[in-house]
Amino acid sequence: METFLGLDYPTWWFLVVGGLFSGYAILDGFDFGAGAWHMFFRKDSSRETALKAIDPTWHGNEVWLVIGGGTLFAGFPVFYGTLFSAMYTPFILFLLFIIFRGISIKFRNMEDMPWWRKMWDWGYSISSIMLAVLLGVVLGNILNGMPLDENYEYVGRGFFEFLNPFSILVGVTSLALFMMHGAIYLLLKTEGKLYNRIQGFLKIGMAFFILSYIVTTTYGFFQVEHLLTVFEENKILFAVPFLVFLSIANVPRLASKKQYGWAFIFTSLTIALLLVIVAFELYPRLLLSNSIQDNSITIYNAAASTKTLKIMMGFVAVGGPLVLLYSYVVYRTFWGKVKSDVESY
Amino acid sequence: MDVEILSRIQFAFTVAFHYIYPPLSIGLGLIMVVFESMYLRTKKKEYEVLAKFWTKIFAITFGIGVVTGIVMEFEFGTNWATYSRYVGDIFGSALAAEGIFAFALESSALGILLFGWNRVKPWVHLVATWAVFLGSMFSAVWIVVANSWQQTPAGYHIVGEGMQARAEIVDFWAMVFNPSSVDRLTHVWLGAFLAGTFLILSVHAYYILRGRYVVLSKKAFKITLIVAAVCSLAQLFTGHSSAEGVSENQPAKLAAMEGHFEAEAPADLYLLGWVNKENKETTGLKIPGGLSFMLDQDFETPVTGLNAFPEEDQPSQVNAIFQLYHLMVAIGMFLIALSLFALWQWKRGKLFEKKWLLWTFVFTALLPQLANQFGWFTAELGRQPWVVYGLLRTSDALSKSVQANQVLFSLILFFIVYFILFLLFVYLMNKKIQSGPSSDIDFDQGSLNEEIAEVVSKK
Repeated sequence: METFLGLDYPTWWFLVVGGLFSGYAILDGFDFGAGAWHMFFRKDSSRETALKAIDPTWHGNEVWLVIGGGTLFAGFPVFYGTLFSAMYTPFILFLLFIIFRGISIKFRNMEDMPWWRKMWDWGYSISSIMLAVLLGVVLGNILNGMPLDENYEYVGRGFFEFLNPFSILVGVTSLALFMMHGAIYLLLKTEGKLYNRIQGFLKIGMAFFILSYIVTTTYGFFQVEHLLTVFEENKILFAVPFLVFLSIANVPRLASKKQYGWAFIFTSLTIALLLVIVAFELYPRLLLSNSIQDNSITIYNAAASTKTLKIMMGFVAVGGPLVLLYSYVVYRTFWGKVKSDVESY
Repeated sequence: MDVEILSRIQFAFTVAFHYIYPPLSIGLGLIMVVFESMYLRTKKKEYEVLAKFWTKIFAITFGIGVVTGIVMEFEFGTNWATYSRYVGDIFGSALAAEGIFAFALESSALGILLFGWNRVKPWVHLVATWAVFLGSMFSAVWIVVANSWQQTPAGYHIVGEGMQARAEIVDFWAMVFNPSSVDRLTHVWLGAFLAGTFLILSVHAYYILRGRYVVLSKKAFKITLIVAAVCSLAQLFTGHSSAEGVSENQPAKLAAMEGHFEAEAPADLYLLGWVNKENKETTGLKIPGGLSFMLDQDFETPVTGLNAFPEEDQPSQVNAIFQLYHLMVAIGMFLIALSLFALWQWKRGKLFEKKWLLWTFVFTALLPQLANQFGWFTAELGRQPWVVYGLLRTSDALSKSVQANQVLFSLILFFIVYFILFLLFVYLMNKKIQSGPSSDIDFDQGSLNEEIAEVVSKK
């Protein structure tokens, strides 16, 4: 198989897609996290400020989902087809919550009636929570594997099979992680009383995450046996969970010193490292067939042709820096605390 | 109902609903760029007010466009898994390119467009407006390329057999510039410009009729009218060129569009009519040999009819295709007539004196929208029974693991959510339009004085 800098093209593409979804998790992660805290703010003005903290940038963050989806479709069409059709109902719900969340943000400030604003506040918050959990549930099921036939079609029982304990635990952990991440983001964007209140939220968020992370890891350790194999085969990989541990430990340390900029970097790093663990768990598989192992989807049997992958590597080489540049410009423009001069629509 | 028909309904419904918004965003974006550029050039406050006002409307259409668009991207995987595997190399590449090169640009710049008025320098803001507009134009490029490849596949080869068969790219540029890409792209762009410009004309005509923001609206109306007239005329040419392309590449579709059955005979051009597919006959008001003439400038040239194709390769909804196509053309002609008539009235200095004309413009905002929908339904129903023309049948493209009840459930959810979304859209549009371009300066007075000064100085 053709290689580039020592790695074959499907592996490169695995890294690209992984990188994009990590970027998505980090960026929309704090959006979802901020949304999850939303109903804990009691005053309308606090909610408005919290919403303005994400309003100019959330569109740009969802770009990563769109690009991630496109690169997955193009690079691993077999996996794309199987995953989305297998988890049909969870993904449809995901899409509907994406819609709900988007319109809640857009429409909330368009009217002054308290009931109107409250309705969209709830819409925004519930959909943010559900999106965080659903992403985790999908990830949990990918780690868990699912029964596939020789054409890589899903042959399981459907919706309720996906609500297994491990996946739900991963879902809750994602929510907790994003809530911690989102609280820190809000701290970077707010001042005064609201800021003080969110400091309290962050403490709860950190405790929630650490607890759910321990429970999920322990459960996975005992109940999802194939998750350990990769570490048993390569002891050196234990370095990654150790780095995760260090990264998580830094968050409360920095939070206690009110260095929220750094704390944000470490929650981002935690998300990225956790996804690195996922990548090691999977590679070179994408979806384990837990009925007949030979039917598993790997980056090789799922990949597009080498030619397509090369073309798209070109896209990424040219477009990737552009996407980062756009993000930089936008975040730079809206850097710092939320200002009241921001137009609302 | 089975999975196939439910999935088709769901896809058609979600994509048709989605397609209300992106054309508006593209068309409004164009005029926003014009207004804002004029503001920077002339420093006249009224252009700033217009640019800001239309940005508010744009914010609504863009937002709904994005969230309903994300649905589309993932629906290929949820409902059309076999299709996704078959075309992933090609269709997926186009979608990925759309995300990287277009959507990223427009969505990032959107933040500055909406919230950056007081945060960045005016020229930077104009750059952001341009970026959003160009981003939406690029989005159209890749989406139309992807869809055109389904209509007229090129630059590929098929690898594997049966369930494992897949189309792979052989020649990327041949795939991008497949035979129908360019015709369809220009047609889509112009359709979008028409949707946007006729909405702007509608709203400003309404203000003039109501005696609000009159001077401001007259200015906006005139500028937009020029663009609308040019686009509606140009649309005639891209439409014609598209039809020629269809006759070459998808003869069964063209035959359905004109209700032409005989395998090899001169074809008529219907102004209106009715197709009876069972009896294989079309009745109505026609120009005999008209279609032959359109395609070859000769009334006698034979055109391939539906009978030349086996039953299983013919589109099933021939009458629907015929009607939708003819309605689209009729709307196009009406838009040309209306905008030319308005230009003529302008030349005579009577543009804003005829109430009926302004009221016509108020309601015409709906027509380009309808034409866009009808055109797409013609294109997609006419492609049937193929999902990739000549290569993959729609019935073979489904997700094998998805059950009818799952699709029914999601379809009902989409109906409910999109219904609410549409009500909200109408409500908020109405509210924004009623409250109007907010401004603390009395433009009507100020500009009126300017105009009087102009008149005086001429004398």
